[in-house]
Amino acid sequence: MTPAPAPEVLKAPLVVEFPFTRSLGPVQSAFLTGLRERTVLGVRTAGGRVLVPPVEYDPDTAAELRDLVEVAPTGTVTTWAWNPAPRRGQPLSTPFAWALVRLDGADTALLHALDAPGPDAVRTGMRVRVRWAEEREGSITDIACFEPYDGPATQEPGPHDGVFADPVTGIVAPARLDYTYAPGRAQSRYLAALAGQKTVGERCPSCRKVYVPPRGACPTCGVATEEQVEVGPGGTVTTFCIVNIKARNLDIDVPYVYAHIALDGADLALHGRIGGIPYDQVRMGLRVTPVWTEGGRYPDHYRPTGEPDADYDTYKELL
Amino acid sequence: MRDVAIVAFGQSGTRRTSAEVSEVEMLMPVLHQVLGAVGLRAGEIDFTCSGSSDYLAGRAFSFTMALDGVGAWPPISESHVEMDGAWALYEAWVKLLTGEADTALVYSYGKSSPGDLPEVLTRQLDPYYVAPLWPDSVSLAALQAQALLDAGDTDERALAEVAARGRNAAADNPHAQVTGSAPPGALLDAPYLVRPLRRHDCPPIGDGAAAVVLAAGDTARRLCARPAWIRGMDHRIEPHGLGVRDLTRSPSTRLAATRAGAFEAPVDLAELHAPFTSQEIILRRELELDDAVRINPSGGAPAANPMMAAGLIRIGEAAAAIHRGDGDRALAHATSGPCLQQNLVAVLEGEAR
Repeated sequence: MTPAPAPEVLKAPLVVEFPFTRSLGPVQSAFLTGLRERTVLGVRTAGGRVLVPPVEYDPDTAAELRDLVEVAPTGTVTTWAWNPAPRRGQPLSTPFAWALVRLDGADTALLHALDAPGPDAVRTGMRVRVRWAEEREGSITDIACFEPYDGPATQEPGPHDGVFADPVTGIVAPARLDYTYAPGRAQSRYLAALAGQKTVGERCPSCRKVYVPPRGACPTCGVATEEQVEVGPGGTVTTFCIVNIKARNLDIDVPYVYAHIALDGADLALHGRIGGIPYDQVRMGLRVTPVWTEGGRYPDHYRPTGEPDADYDTYKELL
Repeated sequence: MRDVAIVAFGQSGTRRTSAEVSEVEMLMPVLHQVLGAVGLRAGEIDFTCSGSSDYLAGRAFSFTMALDGVGAWPPISESHVEMDGAWALYEAWVKLLTGEADTALVYSYGKSSPGDLPEVLTRQLDPYYVAPLWPDSVSLAALQAQALLDAGDTDERALAEVAARGRNAAADNPHAQVTGSAPPGALLDAPYLVRPLRRHDCPPIGDGAAAVVLAAGDTARRLCARPAWIRGMDHRIEPHGLGVRDLTRSPSTRLAATRAGAFEAPVDLAELHAPFTSQEIILRRELELDDAVRINPSGGAPAANPMMAAGLIRIGEAAAAIHRGDGDRALAHATSGPCLQQNLVAVLEGEAR
């Protein structure tokens, strides 16, 4: 029994990326296809308001909206904010104003970037027009940004059937978020010990169970686990599955066996791959021990020890 | 209808980084604090409800691991909202009103330090027309502030006064992240962060956790010398299109307050969740709070704004004031989303002393 030392805080970069594929409703499809064709469409509500950007349902009444209207690519700033340090993904890479712009013929405002030389060149009420992106595909970024424009509306609002050749029916919205991940005290201690080829669990001070890997709390008692206990290295396969689907970025031939392994002294089974034995000979009760590769910070897999199989009664509570 | 009260409140300190602890390690001491205050073990709580968002730390299913800190095995009656803990409190309150539970544990936590919070928050926006532009949370708040300035509803000095008042009030709050402030006039010498907002107009980004215990009727009286009775609570939402709204107003706050009974009698204390200074101006007007009402004696969001917890902390601070006898009728407000998108109002009362 060892009192837990204060661990070195582990950190690692973590990138979460998710390319969402989203389908469009009929109004959204007409609007985004229209942008591709340099046409800005709004939608008229039963109350007579023209909403730009248009939505499928009336924000006041929830009524379905289908009455499309073409509005001008010119408009008026209703509010703005000066962004001196553009971030990744934003419409412009040089300092710009965010602006809500009420296009001529619309009753609501559209959020986008406004390209202006500096904050002193921007004011609420200023006239602007759409600057179209050179390459347009049917997305809100087909509007590159707004730019100052000193003039009247270039287009009278009028009905539009929303029909275009080859309409856009969906968008792919890529997203990427960058984190610096830190696993906290208990898992830092566990990972540090593992890098030294020791598997160290933590004991609940209340129910005395040893958790491997530890997550910092006993889920039965709701208290911190802080007493470190070395377990293993030997353990018992409590249950397993045979994997027949090759995972992307994983250089392991299928089929292989993934198992729950109760390390000796642990009250919870952890997961690991079983190697060094044909997949169809792995069984419940098989005795195994971890195999570290050169410089590995965690076991590459577990292999049979050659001991007799464990008796079912010794691990039946750990299934 | 049953009477339901907040009988205990606890919170962690709010800190810019908490890399040395996992979410459950950050949360657990707070859970022990509130359960200890009422002398209950986790297994004696009828219902547990939490609020958090996996996007903040980029950690999938973090809320299930946080549940380890409650002692959720064998399985407990439990729920989760991907919202500020104020909305988890609402769900628990309804559960107690139905009579299905007599006690509830509500908690929430936010660990924003692993990511770039203003960027992470872009992912909660309309995915078709807005999120592809990646407008950060400070910029969206700045659009709202400019609209308020254009309307003549405030000026930059008044905004600085909001920040200075909050941060000076937080001098007595051991959980605050930013305490003390230069005078408002001096704050205006700082450069703009996103014009018209300066750094003092924005909340600090911090990690933290909070928890409350709810109880009904006589159970509440047994657990707490002066329970903070929830007289009403309601939450409402604005249309999601920013350009559809009048950003200088918050009709959802007014409606929620009306339905919570906030206007039926004066309050002597209000805890408002206004992450940006300009939002306090809007909330005060909608809630008809005059100078006789003490606003955010805790310091409010200018002093500490842990995501997912700051709204629950407003309710907890208001309840704790009633527990201590520092107030008799309090209003607590929580918000979520850009530019006061969603708003919750609760009215709390202590019994006559």
